Amino acid sequence: MNSNGSNKGFRYFVTFLKYLSLVFFSFVAVLPIISCVITAFKTDTEYQQTNVMVPPESWFNFTNFTQAFQRANMGRAFLNSTIILICVLVASVLIGTQLAYVLNRFKFPGNGLIRNLFLFATLLPGVAMQISVYEIMFKLHFINSLPGYIIMMCGTDVIAIYIYIQFFENISYSVDESAIMDGASYFTIFYRILLPLLKPAIVTSCILKGVGTYNEYYCANLYLQDKKKYPTVATSLYTFVGPLGSKYNLICAGVIISLLPALILFIFCQKQIYSGLTAGAVKG
Amino acid sequence: MAAMTQTVNNSGRHKKRTFGEWARSRDGQKVFVMVAFMIIPLVLLFVFTYLPFAEMFGFSFYNMKYTGDRKFVGLKNYIRVFQRSDCFGALKLSLYYMGGSIVQLALSLYLATVLSFKVKGGSVFKGFMFFPYLINGIAIGFIFKFFYTRGFVFDTVLQWCGFSLDNLPYWLKDQSINNISLVGTSVWRYFGQNMVLFIGAIMSVDAELYEAAMLDGAGRFQQFKYIILPSIKTIITLNVILSITGSLSAFEPPYVITDGANGTGTYFVVMHEISHTQQKVGLASAMAIILLMIIFAATILQKVFFKYVFKSAEDEDLNATAKRDKKLAKLAQRKAGR
Repeated sequence: MNSNGSNKGFRYFVTFLKYLSLVFFSFVAVLPIISCVITAFKTDTEYQQTNVMVPPESWFNFTNFTQAFQRANMGRAFLNSTIILICVLVASVLIGTQLAYVLNRFKFPGNGLIRNLFLFATLLPGVAMQISVYEIMFKLHFINSLPGYIIMMCGTDVIAIYIYIQFFENISYSVDESAIMDGASYFTIFYRILLPLLKPAIVTSCILKGVGTYNEYYCANLYLQDKKKYPTVATSLYTFVGPLGSKYNLICAGVIISLLPALILFIFCQKQIYSGLTAGAVKG
Repeated sequence: MAAMTQTVNNSGRHKKRTFGEWARSRDGQKVFVMVAFMIIPLVLLFVFTYLPFAEMFGFSFYNMKYTGDRKFVGLKNYIRVFQRSDCFGALKLSLYYMGGSIVQLALSLYLATVLSFKVKGGSVFKGFMFFPYLINGIAIGFIFKFFYTRGFVFDTVLQWCGFSLDNLPYWLKDQSINNISLVGTSVWRYFGQNMVLFIGAIMSVDAELYEAAMLDGAGRFQQFKYIILPSIKTIITLNVILSITGSLSAFEPPYVITDGANGTGTYFVVMHEISHTQQKVGLASAMAIILLMIIFAATILQKVFFKYVFKSAEDEDLNATAKRDKKLAKLAQRKAGR
């Protein structure tokens, strides 16, 4: 029809509509966050007297941020979240790559069965499972225990395992064979030769798992019940439920603090995040 | 293991291998490394997935709390799930979430198609729309409680557009609209992520195809229909399937924003309340088992359906390759003609 370029006006109109829609949906995506940022910089009186979309008098009024940080015990929360993040990432990378190594490199009866057991586990929705996981955590004395929470978080990562298996498939078996000829043990082959080769896959899965762990709040709320001792960044925001529930300038400051690490990671690792998601989705 | 039996059988002729020797041999090492590398993940999988799954099944026949006595009640829990209006009725709400996910898929497909071609500032738009996916659930809860509060962000923006505040409903209280408000937050959170997935799929299509189509004078819409859509059919189908099971187990938006108040309690929110607040563990387990059954049934049906779609997709692929060859031939002709 008009696509041959005969009708320039129509084409400009289409381009205009295209950009309009992009701007509109970007606006929709950031509007809730922008309104939070605006409100986080307002003093109490400003918050009560001006409309939420009116910019604050000063963009350097950080009192809400410091107050939110103290009230929600966010120093402690960041410490806990960092400990959890490091332990879970190290453990799940080791566990995941080792499992993927065995499943990809060794043929043995039960190989397919184990793969299917892990795949089937993804069908079970987490929230429903926590009804009885709670009882098990209770019996293991894992409630209000940071190590207990960390161990539970390590055990549920199937997508990472599939990313690793996919990656192993692309590493030729001749790499292993020549090492075997040299008399290297399987442990040496795995730790010295294959693990370094796996680095891109590890980075990808760490970013995905890292974001997931940092943002996890349902199990953290359920199993780390002592909010004074064991807040994580996500659950520390629960402080604002209740009496503080209408002081949105304070709440918004807390929300902004909690999403800063994700924002920084996103700015620096956009490419890896996108490619990690795509890789995870194809197999998952 | 095979090595050991072999040595036992042949013990008459060969020197019998001791366990120590076997352990040092390749076979022994292989078994050792397999056990060492698989024991932890398998124990974790067993303790946190299959054991609880089995326990939940058992719990569903008892009247029990997490601590204290438990009483066997047979199928009573299951019957009560169907009788209680707050349990099974809550599944109706998943229709809202299904509707939402269809809107979300269509929207992200459109945006992915637009962003897959050269667009000024494309990565900035992409970044803005994707970022909500990286925010934690509690923060999203607060952001949207604030967003929907009377006279706050959403109302203000609508007033800019000329609506009067008196005509606007209470977004989270009004039962005719509040579920749609909640579904909106879920769409807001995930449409960027879906878009990134679709962009990944579209990018994997051979760029020459687009060039050929452009030279043939195919418009954007025709390109979308004949090149993009067939090649990303699989990932779309997958996402449709995921969104159906996802809608049945919708949980987060009502849990963090309204706490299930004013008729927004989805099945899982009710189940969470019954198990962890009221501690009626048996009843909650029965609810979980019933939903799992529905999800399994849905998954199996989808697998069958998927197989059918795949089959027809393969037939069409043949057509597609034929078409592509035709187009490439035309392209070559034109180049030669110049």
